[in-house]
Amino acid sequence: MTTYDFIARNWLELTQLAWQHTVFVGIALAIAIVTGVPLGVYLTFNRRLADTVLYLAGIMMTVPSVALFGLMIPILSVFGHGIGTVPAIIALVLYSQLPILRSTYAAIRSVDPAIIEAGLGIGMTRAQVLLKVQIPMSLGVIFAGVRVAVVMSIGIGAIAAYIGAGGLGQYIFNGITQTFDAMINAGAVAVSAMAILADFLFGRLEKKLVSRGLRRD
Amino acid sequence: MKPKGRRPYFTIFGLAFAFWLGIEAQHRGYVNFARENPREIYRLLIQHLQLVFISGSIAVALGLGIGIVLTRGFMRRYREVTLSILGICQTVPSIAVIAIAMTYLGIGSKTAIFALVVYSLLPIIRNTVAGIFQLDPALVDAGQGMGMTPRQVLFKVEIPNAMYIILTGIRTAVVINVGTAAMSFLVGAGGLGDLIFTGIAMVDAGLMLAGAVPTACLAVLLNWGFERLENLLISPGIPRGE
Amino acid sequence: MIELDRVTKTYPGATQPAVESISLRVPEGEICVFIGPSGCGKTTLMRLINRLIPISSGSISVNGQNIMGLDPIELRRRIGYVIQQVGLFPHMTVRDNIGTVPKLLGWTKAKIDERVDELLTLVNLNPKSFRDRYPRQLSGGQAQRIGVARAMAANPPIMLMDEPFGAIDPINREVLQDEFLSIHAKLRKTVIFVTHDINEAIKMGQRIALLNEGRLVQTGLPDELLNRPANEFVKNFVGTDRVLKRLNLLKVKDAMMLNPVHCLDDDASEKVLEQMIRQDLAFLIVADRDHRLRGYVNRRDLRGHKGKVGDVAGRLTLTVSPERNLKEALSQMLSYDLGILVVVDEAGHIQGVLNSTTLFKLVGDTYDERGGHWERITAGGRIL
Repeated sequence: MTTYDFIARNWLELTQLAWQHTVFVGIALAIAIVTGVPLGVYLTFNRRLADTVLYLAGIMMTVPSVALFGLMIPILSVFGHGIGTVPAIIALVLYSQLPILRSTYAAIRSVDPAIIEAGLGIGMTRAQVLLKVQIPMSLGVIFAGVRVAVVMSIGIGAIAAYIGAGGLGQYIFNGITQTFDAMINAGAVAVSAMAILADFLFGRLEKKLVSRGLRRD
Repeated sequence: MKPKGRRPYFTIFGLAFAFWLGIEAQHRGYVNFARENPREIYRLLIQHLQLVFISGSIAVALGLGIGIVLTRGFMRRYREVTLSILGICQTVPSIAVIAIAMTYLGIGSKTAIFALVVYSLLPIIRNTVAGIFQLDPALVDAGQGMGMTPRQVLFKVEIPNAMYIILTGIRTAVVINVGTAAMSFLVGAGGLGDLIFTGIAMVDAGLMLAGAVPTACLAVLLNWGFERLENLLISPGIPRGE
Repeated sequence: MIELDRVTKTYPGATQPAVESISLRVPEGEICVFIGPSGCGKTTLMRLINRLIPISSGSISVNGQNIMGLDPIELRRRIGYVIQQVGLFPHMTVRDNIGTVPKLLGWTKAKIDERVDELLTLVNLNPKSFRDRYPRQLSGGQAQRIGVARAMAANPPIMLMDEPFGAIDPINREVLQDEFLSIHAKLRKTVIFVTHDINEAIKMGQRIALLNEGRLVQTGLPDELLNRPANEFVKNFVGTDRVLKRLNLLKVKDAMMLNPVHCLDDDASEKVLEQMIRQDLAFLIVADRDHRLRGYVNRRDLRGHKGKVGDVAGRLTLTVSPERNLKEALSQMLSYDLGILVVVDEAGHIQGVLNSTTLFKLVGDTYDERGGHWERITAGGRIL
């Protein structure tokens, strides 16, 4: 059976798995943004803490995802959540922190101090400068970080199928067990397609978020 | 960069934490497998290292070569397109690369190495191109003005000055390789992934940790080692902007 | 009105105060320039006023109120603030930039738009074309004009300007300086202007405060610092060419020779020549019946000529307006190698003459600061 045949026949199941995949990647991403962006903003006020946190996040990213799963499961099984979507989401959130934190931190910090001074000088509060100037100016870069996190999460999410999180990786792993090439390919192609599509969509979104005044035409 | 003042705290805290974890693990019997099968672990570790280094060397050689070629003048027309395609390829997850390689090339370490090379090729090429392109054109100009041949300009001016970015790309690629190699177990190439995946399948924490801990340590150590190497190799005069 | 009373600022950990015991009074509607070498504390002093930097000791009052008794944010919204790098918000249009403070104050959109257009016109930028532009689409001069407009948006009575024209090229800088002076003449805000350029200070300032190493060295009218420097430092700071700098402050009309010797165009050539020889004049200005400049004549032109002077008079195109400053006039004289410059008004009527005699006399004479006028020389008038 060719890959094409397989996809044609199992269209429904493929979609279900794709949806599963999207869901837990989506949840992880949402959590990562909600924790990462505010933390990134906060870190711009505390340089020393920033160095530490970014360093730790960096180490986090160095550890390969497979190894992280291997490390997390024993720890989490104590709480009864060793396998399934929970460790997968936790791992994804941890991995997404670095790109999101780093791009938020870098973008907010990169705002020209003269602009901040001008804002304060004309009578804006520090919070107003942050909310009305720094953050709007940084949206594009922050989103670039989110985009990296998304693409990465889709890939790691595929591996998470092995620990019972579901998603498209399931076709890959089941296909290996059953030596079913078409299934393996279907899974691999689907995951790749999802990653490429997400990269493209988020890329467009990123461009849209960059203020017209900041574009480098 | 690691916060300099904090180094002693980090190391002490890190070691203490690892120590505590070790005791806990022992307590729960996680360490048993490791203690009973050191040679097995060692064998898989060596396999893993082989995979990483063989594929790494090939990827570096190829990547640097292709990258440099892409920056040359005659490639101008194809550069944009090539880089765009590379960009798209880079979004493909590692597991997919391995899976597809397997369906077309069968199983075995050769397939694994092929997949690993393909996956780590892209960051190296991109960084090489980026590194050479971000150079101040005045440097090349000065070199040519002094009478250097194009090849001399390449080796004596462009590459040394682009070194920081290129080495960073190599470091990233190799460290990612450690992770991807952990999945080559699926292709029948062994490596520490064997322990991790088997451990998960059999719900055996001891196996999992026996595989995961060395893999994680390997990745972190290689990363640290490469950073050191970068510091040594790169002339202090070169800006390490980021 | 701004009043500084023994204001001192010492940064934590510093051995020397950045600003030491400075007392100063800036009357309402006046431009006061803070000037001094790098590190003298001029910018620090300015930023103490809007509380961007906290004061160490002493007090500052604005319109009678001690600034410490006011909410700093409120205070800053009532003070216009312009900095050298402009600091326009790149992600906002010109309109949104200018309207920042009004928006914070809760003005209606209509009111803000009206005010934006008003201000753009005031700074000589066409509202229609600039309203919706982004800062990156502006030149340096345009950007700083908008910076000034933004500072004035909520119509603050006081403005603090920190080297606002420092990053602009010299040609545009002059234009901006002139424009600001004309805006100030209309609006009469109290302005503190920081600069390191003595020429700018002399031009812009109605009062100059010269600082050095955190202390106030001398304050006064620009000409006071030039004419009566308090010590060696001031003398050196204003420049060894201070006499020439004074030329900047004076107008042609203040120094010209009045009633210059001349003849009329229908006077007889022989008679005029006779007088020229008797008075030992090499050449002479020719005027018409309405006292307008017709030209000039040499002795050579008149020799042997029988008829009216007007027939042989050569054209004299190099003239100067009485309103120009003396430095420009001198420059003109030197560049054209003229010993003399005729001063004419817009209609061409002769007002006087500038020559080396009058200028040297000017330099040497005492200056009556109350009158503001040099004692001008009056010459003989019509030669016949």
